[in-house]
This record gives sequence, structure tokens and C-alpha cells, in this order.
Amino acid sequence: MLFFSYFKELVGKEVTVELKNDLAIRGTLHSVDQYLNIKLENTRVVDQVKYPHMLSVRNCFIRGSVVRYVQLPPDGVDIEILHDATRREARGS
Amino acid sequence: MASTGEEDSAVKEPLDLIRLSLDERIYVKLRADRELRGKLHAYDQHLNMILGDVEEVTTTVEIDDETYEEIVRTSKRQIPFLFVRGDGVILVSPPLRTS
Repeated sequence: MLFFSYFKELVGKEVTVELKNDLAIRGTLHSVDQYLNIKLENTRVVDQVKYPHMLSVRNCFIRGSVVRYVQLPPDGVDIEILHDATRREARGS
Repeated sequence: MASTGEEDSAVKEPLDLIRLSLDERIYVKLRADRELRGKLHAYDQHLNMILGDVEEVTTTVEIDDETYEEIVRTSKRQIPFLFVRGDGVILVSPPLRTS
């Protein structure tokens, strides 16, 4: 649940989701769920020349399992809070 | 079975080894011939991770049409703050002294 909580804190911020098929989508994080499925708004594909498939798409739902990376704003959440939450989570499981 | 409720910092299972590397730089080998080096800020039991100041190295092997020799190429990328989904992770380690 750690990363689910983390992403909920990031709702409204700009992120870039890189998929396992190398497609990268930049957009505003609208919502996330326990599977880390992501809904993005105001999306633009990063390399629009190479991937013209989604030129007209502005909002999308991304299945969590197809995500490779999410590039995050560095000022999103305090790093110390992340460290503390990780120690608590890692101990429990 | 002596659980007192206090934080147990003993290393019992593989995930505890990763806990030792929190806030330290680590090396991560991923699927699709990728490697990451960065500072570990968070992880969970799926090996989902958040890394800071990341360098990603992607390795490709081209085969020359005529000579059939293998040309190994690497490309690098810097990403300031990155979430990595755990199902792509192969291994996690302290950084290797290669450079």
C-alpha cells in the first residue's frame, strides 16, 4: 500500500509514464488505485513523431502492469517520509 | 516468537538486505537489458522502488549484415526521480566498482 499512498499524494502533479513497450506519456496524474493503475489527463506522447498513435488522445487509463517507470517531480513528497514509511512497511511484511 | 512490537533490525530475509541500502546508492538490473544506478528512497515487497538521481544504461547488440560481428552499444539517461515497477526488476545490489 506504500506506493498507492505515495501516488495519491501526487494527484494533480505532472508525471511521465514510460510503458514496457517504450511508449512514454506525459500528463497530469488524475487518479490511481491499489493495482497502481493510472489515469492521466491532458496527455501528450513524449516522442510524437515516433508514436503518432495517440495524437488525439488527451485522457487515458493505463493498466498498472504495463508500466515500466514513472518519472516523478522531485519536489513531490518529502524523502524522509518515504524512508520512514518504507521501514515500517518492510518490517510488517 | 518473541515479538515485542519494537523495530527488529535483524537481517532475516532477502528483503531485509535491501532495507540496509535505504538512502544509499544501489545498482538495479532490469529486464530488457537495462541497468539503473541511483539512491534508494523507497521499496516494497514487490520490489517496486523509488530511486533518486538515477542513471539508466540501455544495452543493445547489433549484428553487422556482412561481417556478422556483434556490436554492443550502450545509451545512458539521467532521471532525477523515478518510480520503478517491481515486475521488471531482476536484481538489486550495492553499486559495482566498474568505473
